[in-house]
Amino acid sequence: MTDKRVLLIEDEPNIIEAIRFILSRDGWRVDTHSDGKTALDAIRTREPDLVILDVMLPNKSGYDILNELRETQDVGNTPVLMLTARGQKKDRELAERLGASRFMTKPFSNGEILSTVRELVG
Amino acid sequence: MDRGVKQAALARACDISASYLNLIEHNRRPIGGALLVRIAQALGVDPGLFSGTAEVQLAAAMDAAAASHEGTGPERERAEELAGRFPGWARLIAAQQREIRRLEQVVERLDDRLTHDPFLSASMHSVLSSVTSIRSASAILAQGDDIEPEWEARFHRNIFEDSQRLAAATETLVEYLDSDSRASDGNLPQDELDAWLAARSWHVAELEASEGAAIDDVLAEAALLKSAAAKRIARGALERYAQDAAVVPIGPLQEALAAGASPMEMAGRFAVGLPVVFRRLAALPPEALESAPSFGLVACDGSGTLTFRKPLPGFGLPRYGAACPIWPLFQALQRPMTPISQPLIFAGRDENSFNAWAIADLSYPAGYDGPAVLEAWMLFQPTMETDSAARRVGTSCRICPETDCVARREPSVFLGTSGL
Repeated sequence: MTDKRVLLIEDEPNIIEAIRFILSRDGWRVDTHSDGKTALDAIRTREPDLVILDVMLPNKSGYDILNELRETQDVGNTPVLMLTARGQKKDRELAERLGASRFMTKPFSNGEILSTVRELVG
Repeated sequence: MDRGVKQAALARACDISASYLNLIEHNRRPIGGALLVRIAQALGVDPGLFSGTAEVQLAAAMDAAAASHEGTGPERERAEELAGRFPGWARLIAAQQREIRRLEQVVERLDDRLTHDPFLSASMHSVLSSVTSIRSASAILAQGDDIEPEWEARFHRNIFEDSQRLAAATETLVEYLDSDSRASDGNLPQDELDAWLAARSWHVAELEASEGAAIDDVLAEAALLKSAAAKRIARGALERYAQDAAVVPIGPLQEALAAGASPMEMAGRFAVGLPVVFRRLAALPPEALESAPSFGLVACDGSGTLTFRKPLPGFGLPRYGAACPIWPLFQALQRPMTPISQPLIFAGRDENSFNAWAIADLSYPAGYDGPAVLEAWMLFQPTMETDSAARRVGTSCRICPETDCVARREPSVFLGTSGL
């Protein structure tokens, strides 16, 4: 078991449920947040060990949130795993340029997300 | 060599041996591509003169194919030899190069549409999200034999919901792509006009001056207007643009806008109808708006078919199919000549607020016995203020997440069958 905490910022309830289930059974504490506008506040408040961040969120894009996060003190270095429905080279490059630790394209497998989380917060 | 050029000198100029040139001259070696062009230049003649234009084009196409795949190590200097010895294979390479380029252009266009087309983007996002969810939930159920019954039931329900959503989104995509494939060359004439106007921010500077350029000159420069049908509807749009610009010049319009005049007040000030003001405001380039947000504009005919589309970020307009039935645009169709002002909230991920103005014009171009012709216009502009009386609208039912819409005619890909 681990006491590491993951903040999942995603607005699709069934994807939230599946990821929460997979990570919880692996011993992770999983908090969730669904609104882009207040996502940065949620990261600041919860200070997670890892953020899983969807690109398409209500009210603010995941790219904008990542950009602001990297300029934020205290939590600016938090590893971020980006999730997106678009996996083109330019999307990946944009995520890397903004400071994403990893970039994962939907649909991903449970094994992929679990191994990536373990790798990013070993 | 009958142009007074010695064989040895020509061979040197072309960077080949005299013996090789001799073989070429006696048709014992093939010639084409870059070497053919070099020889032609050295002799001061058109390459097509002694090879035929098709052969030159073939060599050029092979060279382009080689250039685009340098990493595979093609012997570019031997392209002409290949073309000469195996003309059939050379034509195949050239044809494949053309086909690859064509497909690249299609991909670029689809990628651009995926980014900017609200219908395609929302449908693809819905499909991929549903697939992700189904894949995760089914893997959990398939692999775990110690799942609590409550979780098991929950994942079964999720798979059912997502499969419904997936079916709806897939159906939308198929319909959409099917309608697209029916359009000639992937573009309808209206799409060509939209693309051309979008490329110049819906502003035609050449027609703004009192002694504006001739419409023929503007059309002659419009490379994006490829089909005759697109040029024909563009001509009509440009004629109207020029007429509008003559009665509502850009300078006084900017002054009225800066003074905070409403579209109705502007119509009074310039003594024109509201549609003219709408079109002029939507044609203002970003630099003329200073700090004011841009205006979007949409028009439809009496059947509700959209005939003009200037979308804005956060206010997507459908390319195909019907639009949101509760836009003030369609309300205006029901009450011709009655101006409508209506604050809107665009339902969706960002919940953007807009002010919208609409009116429908009624005319009888065929006289007393002819049909009435309706044309409705809706101008819209983003606002930071959220009005409590704002109406919640979307792009089209298929991609609208609004759950309580009284005018919904079909399920949303976001809501599954529960959305109806």
